[in-house]
Amino acid sequence: MSPFLFYFFAFLMLVFGAAVVINRNPIASALSLVICFMGLSALFMSLDAFFIGIIQVLVYAGAVMVLFLFIIMLLDLRAENLRKINYVAVAGGVAVAVAFFIQICFVVGQLGAAKQPFPPLTSAKTDDVHNIGLLLFTNYNLPFQIIGVLVLVATIGVVVLSKRELR
Amino acid sequence: MVTLGHYLIVSGMLFTIGFAGVLLRRNIIIIFMSLELMLNAANLSLVAFSRFRVGADGMPNYNAQVFVFFIITVAAAEVAVGLAIIVALYRARQTTHVEDISTLKF
Repeated sequence: MSPFLFYFFAFLMLVFGAAVVINRNPIASALSLVICFMGLSALFMSLDAFFIGIIQVLVYAGAVMVLFLFIIMLLDLRAENLRKINYVAVAGGVAVAVAFFIQICFVVGQLGAAKQPFPPLTSAKTDDVHNIGLLLFTNYNLPFQIIGVLVLVATIGVVVLSKRELR
Repeated sequence: MVTLGHYLIVSGMLFTIGFAGVLLRRNIIIIFMSLELMLNAANLSLVAFSRFRVGADGMPNYNAQVFVFFIITVAAAEVAVGLAIIVALYRARQTTHVEDISTLKF
């Protein structure tokens, strides 16, 4: 991965991530989030995690964002009419976030491994789908089945929540 | 030269953006999207560490990638349930603005 591509996709991801927060129109936010996840997927692929990059696009940019857009359409949300902005709260929120980021930079600066480049992959082929699948069905078989039950519970929960009469 | 630190800082920036979104925005759907940003920032640092820790067989440490797979699955389920709750809330209150929903506020 050339540094130029890394900086390009990181910049793309961060700019559109910021656009999610800054946009007043929920639809613009949702579409910015799609671009942000595309950039993130490219970063995953730059780390030789091709399977994760693909499911990032399929699950997030595909399924989750369609769900978001569908809900925005269903609720018929428009750009919020400008309410009075509480500038003290905004300044406080930005200050907390910036302090948090400074802390992260401090921790990464302390981490000795952060200054080392990535070691090269000596394996001839990177068949990560095969390896992740193997781990899923051997070491992580129980968590995998628990996740399956969780998804089933979520499906039933959503159907119950969406029923017309909530009691 | 792109090092592990670059990816960790980018991941921290993405997390901070999501964090700021949760703190600053008042629209519950935008808050939900910011939560997704934070989850994905955690995924990015996990994958970076996975690539950094190359095993004896010359391949990345796939345990972290399995963990990312689980996070993505749980996040997708969480989005479905969360959006259903938002729809139920909107039907009850006709608003997605968190300042209008203050029954549980102390």
